[in-house]
Amino acid sequence: MNAVEIATKVRSGALKMQDVAEQSLRRAREQNPALNALVHIDEADVRAQVAAQEKRLAAGAAMPLAGVPIVIKDNICVRGTPTTCASKILENFRPPYDAHVIARLRTAGAILLAKANCDEFGMGSSNENSAFGPTRNPWDISRVPGGSSGGSAAAVAAGIAPLALGSDTGGSVRQPAGFCGVVGLKPTYGRVSRYGLVAYGSSLDTIGPIARTVDDAAALFDVISGHDPQDSTSLPSADLVVDHGISGLRVGIPREWFADGIEPEVRAAVSAAIDVLRGLGAEVREVSLPNIRYSLPTYYLLATAEASANLARYDGVKYGLRVEDRGSSLKEMYRRTRSAGFGREVKQRIMLGTFALSSGYYDAYYGKAVRARAVITRDFERAFEHVDLLVSPTSPTTAFRIGEKHDDPLSMYLQDIYTIALNLAGVPGLSLPCGFDRSNLPIGLQLVAPKLGEGRLLGAARAYQLHTNWHERRP
Amino acid sequence: MSSDSILTRYEPVIGLEVHCQLMTSTKLFCGCSTKFGALPNHHTCPVCLGMPGVLPVLNQSAVDHALQVALAVGARLNETSVFARKQYFYPDLPKGYQITQYDLPYCEGGGIRLASGKLVELTRIHIEEDAGKNVHGEDASYVDYNRAGVPLLEIVSQPVLETPAEAADYLKRLRSLVRHLGVSDGNLEEGSFRCDANVSIRPRGQKTLGTRCEIKNLNSFTNIERAIRFEILRQADVLDGGGRVVQQTLLFDAASGKTAPMRSKEESHDYRYFPEPDLKPVVIRPERVERIRAALPELPEAMAARFHTQYGLLDYDANLLTADRDLAVFFETTTRLVDGMVPPKIVANWIISEYLRSEGAKVSAEDLAGLLVLLGEGTISGKIAKTVFEEMVETGARPRDIVQAKGLVQISDEPAIVAVITRVLEASAPQVAEFLAGKEKVFGYFVGQIMRDSAGKLNPGLVNDLLRRELAARKKP
Repeated sequence: MNAVEIATKVRSGALKMQDVAEQSLRRAREQNPALNALVHIDEADVRAQVAAQEKRLAAGAAMPLAGVPIVIKDNICVRGTPTTCASKILENFRPPYDAHVIARLRTAGAILLAKANCDEFGMGSSNENSAFGPTRNPWDISRVPGGSSGGSAAAVAAGIAPLALGSDTGGSVRQPAGFCGVVGLKPTYGRVSRYGLVAYGSSLDTIGPIARTVDDAAALFDVISGHDPQDSTSLPSADLVVDHGISGLRVGIPREWFADGIEPEVRAAVSAAIDVLRGLGAEVREVSLPNIRYSLPTYYLLATAEASANLARYDGVKYGLRVEDRGSSLKEMYRRTRSAGFGREVKQRIMLGTFALSSGYYDAYYGKAVRARAVITRDFERAFEHVDLLVSPTSPTTAFRIGEKHDDPLSMYLQDIYTIALNLAGVPGLSLPCGFDRSNLPIGLQLVAPKLGEGRLLGAARAYQLHTNWHERRP
Repeated sequence: MSSDSILTRYEPVIGLEVHCQLMTSTKLFCGCSTKFGALPNHHTCPVCLGMPGVLPVLNQSAVDHALQVALAVGARLNETSVFARKQYFYPDLPKGYQITQYDLPYCEGGGIRLASGKLVELTRIHIEEDAGKNVHGEDASYVDYNRAGVPLLEIVSQPVLETPAEAADYLKRLRSLVRHLGVSDGNLEEGSFRCDANVSIRPRGQKTLGTRCEIKNLNSFTNIERAIRFEILRQADVLDGGGRVVQQTLLFDAASGKTAPMRSKEESHDYRYFPEPDLKPVVIRPERVERIRAALPELPEAMAARFHTQYGLLDYDANLLTADRDLAVFFETTTRLVDGMVPPKIVANWIISEYLRSEGAKVSAEDLAGLLVLLGEGTISGKIAKTVFEEMVETGARPRDIVQAKGLVQISDEPAIVAVITRVLEASAPQVAEFLAGKEKVFGYFVGQIMRDSAGKLNPGLVNDLLRRELAARKKP
């Protein structure tokens, strides 16, 4: 059952929260051993939440997500619950506070079901960089679910919960949503508070909804978005108005995004999807994002630079891991803790980011990336002067096998080639299923809108879903 | 090697960096209290502890305080300024970076005028957060994060100070200024006003600067002068011996009076500054500046000038009284209450000598004024007034009560005075003869005897006049 339906039925009394929660817990017990999508689940806590929310409902609280189970990516702080970011360095960290979005979810009546596995600190595109083992794709457990919000996407695809929260810094909500055949939304930067999201790339990070249907994603987005005074980059609250469709909208196909490197079946599915949009009344035309090829290097300089500073606090002094044998100096304590606590990819990105900011290299790398970012942002602004939406594949391929890209980081980074630029420009994007390849692996379609254009995205995506049924297929 | 000869040959170049804590009620980026002296880690929260997922929110009141200082020193404001991350690893720095301002501070330039009239220009002032405090125990080190996140102004002077005395004067004036504005309590011992000195020397006449050393965390004006003086001589020694001064960070050991390197192996930091992505640029609109400018209190320099013209005080005295805002207010209140019974100059003298000397006297302006009124009325003599004041300091009793209780009212009754004079003169026949023979000095002897005899209660002016008259009367025709 979908989230909107659950909430409606719970509010009317047709459905009991308890039954919904128990079903999700059952499903988790059944599915998770094979998938490893969830890293923490506390059944007693879930039941306690249900009891508390039932009281609130009885007292007449307005609860748009009454009784709806939701899975939370493990880099989002939930008070008293292990929030590990899939890292050894935070293995036993329990934050004494809720993230802003978590507070909103509790108020809305949602049931926080479990913490989801992910790539460590959000760094990865396959969920293989987790200290707690990879998550597997429910469509084919020999394959990755995508990343870094792999656990969130897999949990929704496997029917463990109808909703999940992920985080998207370079595609980490959209790409796993694409690989898992579900809907994933990356909001406009600043539209959802980052307070309580463990920072990776501060100027790029967003929290985004993952769901099976566009309506569910919209409902979740409506709850979590809005101004937060604790986040200085938070935008003023804006009403969400989901557009009524796609008829009359101008849809742009960036030529640079349809060049080489796309798997033939992905290309075919996306083309077909564009035809559907055309059939629904969209006016399709080619556009250009001339500097888009600089997205990847720009991202990997800015994100890693910010990350190198954001991850400096994990030093064994205040919380988290401190290795027992500390060595004989402060420096040794730092070195041993961080060497033992961080995974390989995280270390790599910290070093890259440190280098990009270092004396003598700042201008050539970080400084240049800042300027490149501005240029890429302007590409989007100019494109949106002529069209209302952009369209592309979410990823160039479908889900690859676990271990396949282990020794090829560049090939891994190229997974994000269509998603990354949106984080640089701060614009919203959505991935929804638009087909399957011959191995029955989902193919994702990405829609892009200008800033604050979530209404337009959701409206277009909803129209597409009304006329297709890819989203109804189950693994 | 005399320091005079050194100063003839070498020119010291001194620049000062002051970290001044702002007296906002909460920290720079979170709502924790900034109050000094709490139990360790009692004024902390996830934000100032640098926990995962937290974000900074700028305290606008700190910006207002910073603007006051900028206006008071005449600095150029940057309408837009940017926070930056300064990265290094140290336990007292919870996030592994300090949020500060680097490329674009909120103001630049401005200056502080010294007693000598010299204007010491500032390079810049910027806003930043303070770090916590490391405490070293026997087996372990501990960190107290109460101070982490407290707002600081970093005030950087141009390297234009030339002597340790100038450095101390600059710091005193800067401290007086921030206290005057009420933006900081300027307490060196408690660490709300911290000073680092950059010292180099060059042969006189040389244009290029010598290598400088930084002396950190000097915690008293005396130590600042001593440390700078020692460092100048130390560097001169090095150069005179044919060596080169090595750039290093130094600490001053007050016991030995020497500077010494801070770390055995000096590592230069690459702070990898970049703009803070979690904060928007600070935009300071002209309306806000004007509002703050209009609300600025009278600054020390202006106040001293006014004391000079309005109260007829000497420049020296005016400067002394206005160096501390509370003292200036004390003076003006007392003067107002005295209501002309004694001239302001007398009030000033009393405050500068008796009051300041009694260190931390809890004598109120009302009570001091009361005492001075008694003096001005002639109820007590100057000497008695001093005694009364001492009692006021010790017991906190009011002047009139003390005078009453101890029967210290000055005797101005002529016949009574004449009676004492007569008694003394009759008992001092030889001295009277000496005086009448022309030994003027003996007059003092008579006065002494009279005062002793009357426990100093006689009106001295009258004693003088009446004694002269009596003595004159005894002159043989």
